[in-house]
Amino acid sequence: MKVVVCVKQIPDPADPGALDPETRTLKRDVKLILDESDSYGVEMGLQLVDNAGGGEVTLVSMAPNNEQSGLRTALAMGAASATLISDTELIGSDALTTAKVLAAAIKDQEPDLVIAGSESSDGYTGTVPEMIAAVLDLPSVTAAKSIEVGGDAIQVQRQTDAGYDVVDCPLPAVISVTAGVVEPRYPSFKGIMAAKSKPLDEKSSADLGFAADAVGWAGSGQEIVDVAEAPQREAGEVIEDDGEAHLKIVEFLENLKVI
Amino acid sequence: MAQPLGPKAEDALDFLATDSLLTEDEVMLRDTVRRYVEEQINPYVGEWFDEGIFPHEEIAKAIGQLGLFGMHLEGYGCAGSSAMMYGLACMETEAGDSGLRSFVSVQGSLAMFPIWAYGSEEQKQEWLPRMAAGEAIGCFGLTEPDSGSDPSSMRTNAKQDPGGDWVLNGAKMWITNGSIADVAVVWARTDEGIRGFVVPTDTEGFSAPKIERKVSLRASVTSELIMDDVRLPAAAVLPGVSSMRGPLSCLNEARFGISFGAVGAARSCYEAALEYAGSREQFGVPISSFQLTQQRLVDFMTRVQQGTLVAYHLGRLKDQGVLGPAQVSFGKRQNVRMALEVAREARSVLGANGITTEYAPARHMNNLESVYTYEGTNEIHTLMMGQAITGQNAFT
Ligand SMILES: Cc1cc2nc3c(=O)[nH]c(=O)nc-3n(C[C@H](O)[C@H](O)[C@H](O)COP(=O)(O)OP(=O)(O)OC[C@H]3O[C@@H](n4cnc5c(N)ncnc54)[C@H](O)[C@@H]3O)c2cc1C
Ligand SMILES: Cc1cc2nc3c(=O)[nH]c(=O)nc-3n(C[C@H](O)[C@H](O)[C@H](O)COP(=O)(O)OP(=O)(O)OC[C@H]3O[C@@H](n4cnc5c(N)ncnc54)[C@H](O)[C@@H]3O)c2cc1C
Repeated sequence: MKVVVCVKQIPDPADPGALDPETRTLKRDVKLILDESDSYGVEMGLQLVDNAGGGEVTLVSMAPNNEQSGLRTALAMGAASATLISDTELIGSDALTTAKVLAAAIKDQEPDLVIAGSESSDGYTGTVPEMIAAVLDLPSVTAAKSIEVGGDAIQVQRQTDAGYDVVDCPLPAVISVTAGVVEPRYPSFKGIMAAKSKPLDEKSSADLGFAADAVGWAGSGQEIVDVAEAPQREAGEVIEDDGEAHLKIVEFLENLKVI
Repeated sequence: MAQPLGPKAEDALDFLATDSLLTEDEVMLRDTVRRYVEEQINPYVGEWFDEGIFPHEEIAKAIGQLGLFGMHLEGYGCAGSSAMMYGLACMETEAGDSGLRSFVSVQGSLAMFPIWAYGSEEQKQEWLPRMAAGEAIGCFGLTEPDSGSDPSSMRTNAKQDPGGDWVLNGAKMWITNGSIADVAVVWARTDEGIRGFVVPTDTEGFSAPKIERKVSLRASVTSELIMDDVRLPAAAVLPGVSSMRGPLSCLNEARFGISFGAVGAARSCYEAALEYAGSREQFGVPISSFQLTQQRLVDFMTRVQQGTLVAYHLGRLKDQGVLGPAQVSFGKRQNVRMALEVAREARSVLGANGITTEYAPARHMNNLESVYTYEGTNEIHTLMMGQAITGQNAFT
């Protein structure tokens, strides 16, 4: 079974990021790491391949500055190889352009299954996986909490507010995985050492057949016109318990129409 | 906007940029172990310490999967890492708790190392792969009730009967992992000198009661080993060594790891004090804004950085194959002493909160008392270095 996992490399959420005042986008000139949202997809891919008794997990990532450290982490977890798409033309790409570029890199690999995160931790448009599916003309199931393979189809438990749906889907397909549904393994010492010598193929957008004006700011045609601080949370109302507090709370909830 | 002078605030935890002395793989391993400790150990270890327990099965499995048991050994399921990597793993595990680092270093350096270095092919095949995977736990029995700093005075003895079997008698004391071990490497006096025995702990006549009432290394199992006519086949002896060089070479490996580990414990105390001082307010301001507190924090930071540099230097020397035992003593003695002092002072920065196991410093402080004593006491390492620089033996 051949599984391609999309992994985004993002600025470490522990170090508060900064916006570029010109483009109003997140500055990405810092060291990037594997998006935790994608560690679940990597784990799920590795488990599927283990259960299938053969095959491999390969990775694709589009990232600035030829960043590799997030890919190395996923390789150390057990992925077999990686493709990195990186060049300056890609700066300013929107979600659709990102999906087109990733789709082009994925297509070459003819996978049985493509796994992505439901949404990234930095951009979180939550749209890239479905756009990849659309570009590749593949079926797509979102918010998977588990995937079971049977022959050339899969059965997906798809998380919903009420519980989960069971969805049958033919392969190949693009599945987005909900964060937290599996426990991502820690890279082992041997994995870390092996990751160094695993193939990491670097490609530019031109290598994938994109003209310079088809990607990046030019191709996306997006402009972030304004950014504003999220409004401060207003102070809550404190109800002192004088023996009647429960009535006030009930009244408050009734006013909100939640009870 | 005015930029602060000097290093940026985020360098508070690596002021001298000591990370620049590490390779990318070393950083990745270090960060992986650090993340494991932060996620799987730190939230719980205060409680384990309180209750005097160490959930060894779960931890053995996880550490085995990480590949840290016997990682610096080659073959038989061991990872074959550099000494530096082993040191970094010790640093991060001990930043969690000295009990965790003890678990890892006893398994790798004291139990697996002698089997790997002096064992027969059968002994290696039987034990090393399972020990590397964390499926079998080992312990190392050298110290006895009446024989500590002077292990050559040991009384435990082994006699070979005419059929070739060995019969082991005696008692070992303060043995880490003793009660949870599947295999004990026991050092005993024989007619041919001090020899090591690979003793499955289910052998008749062997028992390992746990030592209770400790105030240090509470999240670690410490035991007595009692050997009452323990009968072992001829093949149970480690064929490769028959002198004190056997156990001492093991200790040298473990002491090297402690040089790193102690720095991890000190760093954890420094970080706890720095964070606490930044958020605790008295007299209307954070206590970190007082000059006296800053002096302490700067002192912790300086000592942790110095200890880190010493450890890294020893690591590089060991990987070049030129690290001598007295240089290992330098690291063990100095870094443990440093860590103990930092832990005590950091404890006091946290005021009353500092005396609880809600915060790390008091736990580290108590643990480090054991670390100060085991693997060669502070004084014994002083004498080893004294002998190295004067040529005179002051042990007796
Ligand atoms: C409103 C808005 C603001 C933006 N702000 C910025 C910004 O500040 N700075 C900036 O550089 N870009 C910015 N972008 C661009 C945006 O980050 C890219 O379009 C991005 O690739 C879209 O992804 P996302 O993070 O929203 O993906 P999502 O759809 O949330 O991601 C879901 C999954 O898709 C996969 N995936 C997504 N991106 C990649 C990738 N690059 N490589 C591999 N797999 C991937 C991962 O598996 C991920 O878990 C912005 C776009 C929009 C629409
Ligand atoms: C938690 C814990 C775990 C341990 N785990 C193990 C284990 O797994 N395996 C194992 O074999 N042992 C283990 N030990 C034992 C440890 O190695 C010994 O405690 C240590 O070697 C000191 O021996 P002792 O306690 O008998 O002290 P002693 O040797 O009696 O020393 C008492 C004091 O006298 C000082 N002293 C001794 N000789 C001299 C001298 N010549 N000059 C100056 N001062 C001197 C010492 O420095 C010390 O301060 C462990 C100990 C502890 C506390």
